[in-house]
Amino acid sequence: MIYREAGQFKTSYARDGGLYPIRQDRYGLIVLLLVAVFAVPMMSEYWLVTIFLPFLVMAVAALGLNILTGYAGQLSLGTGGFMACGAYAAYKLATAFPDLNIVLVFLGAGLVSALVGILFGIPSLRIKGFYLAVATLAAQFFILWLLNKVPWFVNYSPSGVISAPPRAIFGDIYVTGATATPEAKYLFALAVAALLALAAKNLTRCAIGRSWMAIRDMDIAAEIIGIKPMATKLGAFAISSFYCGIAGAMWAFIYTSSVEANAFEISRSFQVLFMVIIGGLGSILGSFLGAAFIVLLPILLKNAPEMVGLSIPVDVIAHIEFMIFGALIIFFLIVEPHGLARLWQIGKEKLRLWPFPY
Amino acid sequence: MSFRKTLTMAALAGVVGAGALAPAPAQAQENGQYMPQMVYRTGPYAPNGIPLANGEGDYLRLLNERDGGINGVPILIEECETAYNTDRGVECYEKMKNGGPTGAAQFSPYSTGITYALIERATADQIPIFSMGYGRADASYGKVFEYVFTAPATYWAGADAAIQYIKAEEGGDLSGKKIALVYHDSAYGKEPIATLEHLAGQEGYNLSLFPVPHPGLEQKSTWLKIGRQVRPDWVIMWGWGVMNQTAIKEAAAVGFPMERFIGNWWAGAEPDVRPAGESAIGYKALQFHGVAHDLKVHQDMKTHLYANGKGLADDESQVGEVLYNRGIVNAVISTEAVRTAMDHFGNKPMTGEQVQWGFENLNLTAERLEALGLTGLMSPLSLSCADHEGGGQARIVQWDGEDWRPASDWIVPNRAGFLSEAYEASAMQYANEKGLTPRDCN
Repeated sequence: MIYREAGQFKTSYARDGGLYPIRQDRYGLIVLLLVAVFAVPMMSEYWLVTIFLPFLVMAVAALGLNILTGYAGQLSLGTGGFMACGAYAAYKLATAFPDLNIVLVFLGAGLVSALVGILFGIPSLRIKGFYLAVATLAAQFFILWLLNKVPWFVNYSPSGVISAPPRAIFGDIYVTGATATPEAKYLFALAVAALLALAAKNLTRCAIGRSWMAIRDMDIAAEIIGIKPMATKLGAFAISSFYCGIAGAMWAFIYTSSVEANAFEISRSFQVLFMVIIGGLGSILGSFLGAAFIVLLPILLKNAPEMVGLSIPVDVIAHIEFMIFGALIIFFLIVEPHGLARLWQIGKEKLRLWPFPY
Repeated sequence: MSFRKTLTMAALAGVVGAGALAPAPAQAQENGQYMPQMVYRTGPYAPNGIPLANGEGDYLRLLNERDGGINGVPILIEECETAYNTDRGVECYEKMKNGGPTGAAQFSPYSTGITYALIERATADQIPIFSMGYGRADASYGKVFEYVFTAPATYWAGADAAIQYIKAEEGGDLSGKKIALVYHDSAYGKEPIATLEHLAGQEGYNLSLFPVPHPGLEQKSTWLKIGRQVRPDWVIMWGWGVMNQTAIKEAAAVGFPMERFIGNWWAGAEPDVRPAGESAIGYKALQFHGVAHDLKVHQDMKTHLYANGKGLADDESQVGEVLYNRGIVNAVISTEAVRTAMDHFGNKPMTGEQVQWGFENLNLTAERLEALGLTGLMSPLSLSCADHEGGGQARIVQWDGEDWRPASDWIVPNRAGFLSEAYEASAMQYANEKGLTPRDCN
């Protein structure tokens, strides 16, 4: 009943092909965005800085990997490397051109990562599946090794740590550095994530996205119907790395504001991969749900005992947290192997029939 | 599970979750000095993190039990688990910075990565970051790093002290000698390189570098190269966690003499040498504090805490281990900074800004250390607006299979010689990148 679309007539092709054909979805999204823009910044700094910022950053990274793995079917373990690439590219751009606007810095960082992504996507033309995963693992290790090895990338800082210089988006509204307010950082990250999500949603619905899915489902068949595998696969790598690069730049500039290459080591790649798998392969919403699950649940589990008034030593909490987290991952994968996004979809179907299921 | 049940559970989880995500208020006590502790009792580095956290926590509890706090103001203690993970550390910081009546007095992140991530935040929030023997070496230059303290010694000072020791052992001449640095390939491990290279030019020794990738379990080829090809006169190690014991075992396997193998202070505790067994005998380590088991402070721990079952360590015998002692030293310097601030601003809970003043005016004299029952564990310290390192000293200790024994006298790092200049140059580069103007310290 709640999701019934009876009475919603589509009178034009444009409306039929709209992003959110159901009114409830459309209004739901608008309400969500209004809450995110107006209500969330009212919350305490703790919420903004340690909960919403990492969530938005990781959601962008998950979007990137979802384009590559979920839509184009190319398994990648190089996400951390591409994120590092974006973070360091943004640092080099921001320090080399102090007057460059932060938006251009982020775009530049994304483009550099896209180029690197194309480079490491070349093996995908020959190999696929697990073999490709191993090839992208090379990207992960090589990029981090290079960033550790060549002092030019860190402007010859002896420790190899880069720290984001303060930059304003316009006027004196700083979004990076110490003087930036949590609200400004959050809203900037939200804008980036929302725009990138919108772009991804549209990409997956146009010819490019459809050719990705054709390649994913059966590459030989796709080639026969006229889809060029090289352009499609490399395009997927480029766009995916563009997203991951921007996520890396956001991580370094907005979230932690200083970063060493080890922050993007292999465990980061796995983290993003888990987000995509748990959230739902081939789903934009799934990227956000997966990021929320992986980023927020550990924080929730960590603070839950205190909230209910139990005083448990911190190390015991940490151990319990790992156990519950692991059990929940397995639980969700058994209950719904297609991820949280699929769970939401099933929920919508049920809500449509509620309260008279058949 | 029916759909309705799923929905109910999801809704319930959402409600509980929303509540639980909010930071819990620190123990609601009206009057007290809030001293949060970042600890890592879990994760890959827990064997090192547990004694550190126990030492610091026990000292704070001892002050509460024995003296009723600092100058009569009770200490509110809270731990937060970082697992040595930068994101978790930032989360802990944000959660705890406003705890207690006046906010956090200071933070000791116990991780170079977390320290880097907190420098700007803490400076903006006016809360001191006390990175004792880790973090940014150039933060010793207080004109730029107003809220970061590095007492008693930085990695650069440590590297200099190690070379001074080697030089003395070699009879005052290092020309033509070969020294190898085995280091954890991370921001932390790379810290001493610039200092060692600078000294190589000055003293005329040959420096060879051996990065070990994280976590450091695979070092066979490194040590074969050291033991068979390079054959250095001395090996210095900047290691961490499981890398240390692996290195000691591999060094023994290629027959490198332990007497010529010096670990830095994060490679010189019981968890590093015990797993290597007999082969670790003779291994040396650089420390910025002494080794001791039965000082007055340790006796007090046992009578006031462990006799009443209030100690944090599993066993009384762990009181006085190297990392436990380091936890004590950390707590001593931070609580003395708070005390200094209270002597100036009055005996009430201090804000981070006031504690910063306390740090900058901290003067731990030999008499004061004697009164605290710490003689032999620490060398005197005196910090100032410009100098956030405080002139701490280092010494070499040696493992005899049972215990650490001092192997050298206190060594004063050559700060006046070149370290201060290096701090300033590096700090100014940071200031330029960040667009900061160094403050005036007169």
